[in-house]
Amino acid sequence: MKGIHWLALLPFVGLFGGLGFANKVEPYVAGMPFIMFWVVMWVVLTSVVMACVYKLDPANKEGADE
Amino acid sequence: MNSSLVILGLFLVLSLVLGIVAKKGKDMNLEQWSVGGRGFGTLFVFLLMAGEIYTTFTFLGGSGWAYSKGGPALYILVYGALAYAISYFLLPAIWNYANQHKLVSQSDFFVSKFKSPYLGVFVSLVGIVAMIPYLVLQLKGLGIIVSEASYGKISSSTAVWIGVLTITVYVMISGIHGSAWTAALKDLMILGIVVFLGIYLPLHYYGGFQPMFASIQEVKPQFLTLPSEGMSISWFISTVLLTAFGFYMWPHTFASAFTAKSAKVFRKNAVFMPLYSLVLLFVMFVGFAAVLKVPGLQGAAGDLSLFKLTLQTFDPWVIGLIGAAGLLTALVPGSMILMAASTLFAKNVFKVIVPSATEKRVAILAKWLVPVIALIAVYFTLQGGEAIVMLLLMGYSLVTQLFPPLLFSLGKTPLVNKYGAFAGVASGVAIVAYVYITGTTIAQWVPMLPQVIKDLNIGIIALFVNLLLMFTVSIITRTASQSTLKEMNRTT
Repeated sequence: MKGIHWLALLPFVGLFGGLGFANKVEPYVAGMPFIMFWVVMWVVLTSVVMACVYKLDPANKEGADE
Repeated sequence: MNSSLVILGLFLVLSLVLGIVAKKGKDMNLEQWSVGGRGFGTLFVFLLMAGEIYTTFTFLGGSGWAYSKGGPALYILVYGALAYAISYFLLPAIWNYANQHKLVSQSDFFVSKFKSPYLGVFVSLVGIVAMIPYLVLQLKGLGIIVSEASYGKISSSTAVWIGVLTITVYVMISGIHGSAWTAALKDLMILGIVVFLGIYLPLHYYGGFQPMFASIQEVKPQFLTLPSEGMSISWFISTVLLTAFGFYMWPHTFASAFTAKSAKVFRKNAVFMPLYSLVLLFVMFVGFAAVLKVPGLQGAAGDLSLFKLTLQTFDPWVIGLIGAAGLLTALVPGSMILMAASTLFAKNVFKVIVPSATEKRVAILAKWLVPVIALIAVYFTLQGGEAIVMLLLMGYSLVTQLFPPLLFSLGKTPLVNKYGAFAGVASGVAIVAYVYITGTTIAQWVPMLPQVIKDLNIGIIALFVNLLLMFTVSIITRTASQSTLKEMNRTT
């Protein structure tokens, strides 16, 4: 695991760590109960985080398709 | 005969025809199909893997659990995303090793890493056993779809028999050849229908998403969140982890890791796949919309919620289309699992035990195992009353037990040995089997435990025991074999 790879732990820590706080119905966000919004938000953030890992990971620099 | 049954029948015939047509001209064996000559790029691997999440489970199970469990069903949205994050690291490692050693199956991987053909047999057997509940849930889904789309004219058990007959004939005639085409058709249809239903139903019945959730909250407070006991936060976390770890441990998904032309393909996919899993959100909306509109479906009957609600909303021909999409989501994965299970048994179990068997004999055996395994699945389908999601979780609890030995074998020299791997997996599988067969819970074993531990998914507990035994046995057998070596040196 290189330094940047640890970033991939963020979705796990963020999603699970915040459950106690996020386990409620109100406030509604985008029409969804807060817990549902929380979960959806972390799915989107997982994508964002993995995009950052991908960009910064030297393994993906070499060649177009390795 | 109503129009929904006619449409359903047409799609059934179409999928059979596609399967038979695909067979002509090409003569692919399972290896060529499953690894696709290691030539697939990002887009194709994306489609292949993305398609895998659209099974009956998504369609009926996802909405069924949103309907009957509410908040806890949200786990279905997350585990895929986290599995893809794991796949960024896991799949390139598997791919690199498999590519170097020209491996084609999951069992090959374990055989090669641990230098033990019998571990390969064992791993295959675990895979086959785990695939049975997965197959059962597809059949259950088929039964629901056919009987609902027939407006009750065909009973659910008759529908299961029709379904299993279709899958068996489909697999025996066309093998896996038809899958690529029917799979593309399936993904397109299900995507369109799920997104449409997920938006239309809440708007139609409640005038919007927030009004829908607000009225559910009013009638059933606590329903939309995780409860403090039972399917609580600790259940949620342990279940998400269990299913995320197990995601690529299914024999058929593991093999899809061999299809890419480079390891980079997987890393790229790990970025986009989580977004794609948000389609499941629309399935949940359907289930939630059904909560107040078709109340009273108890237990496993929750799986019917999507159909019950659409039946009272749309004309028969729309039901026919929805049913046809559902039919394909059961047929494609169902035939893949059936095929994978029978090939796995013939090649990686029978051939290892009877090395003298010819290729031809193995192929014939694989073919005739299809109806046998199908019948076993029918038996369990007609027996049990489990909800679709429970069946999937059972399969996951079993198949995830392969994750620890895989993970600790990825380094240059495996951290554990074959004895450890065997002991770990065997103990994990035994615990899961015991719990599911007897229906015991952790709370019954040790009532004094704090609630946080009582609520853990049993699969995670089994995983801990697995891990513990794997390392203990590895260390003991390692030192034992070293001391016998010393012993032998001394005596000589």
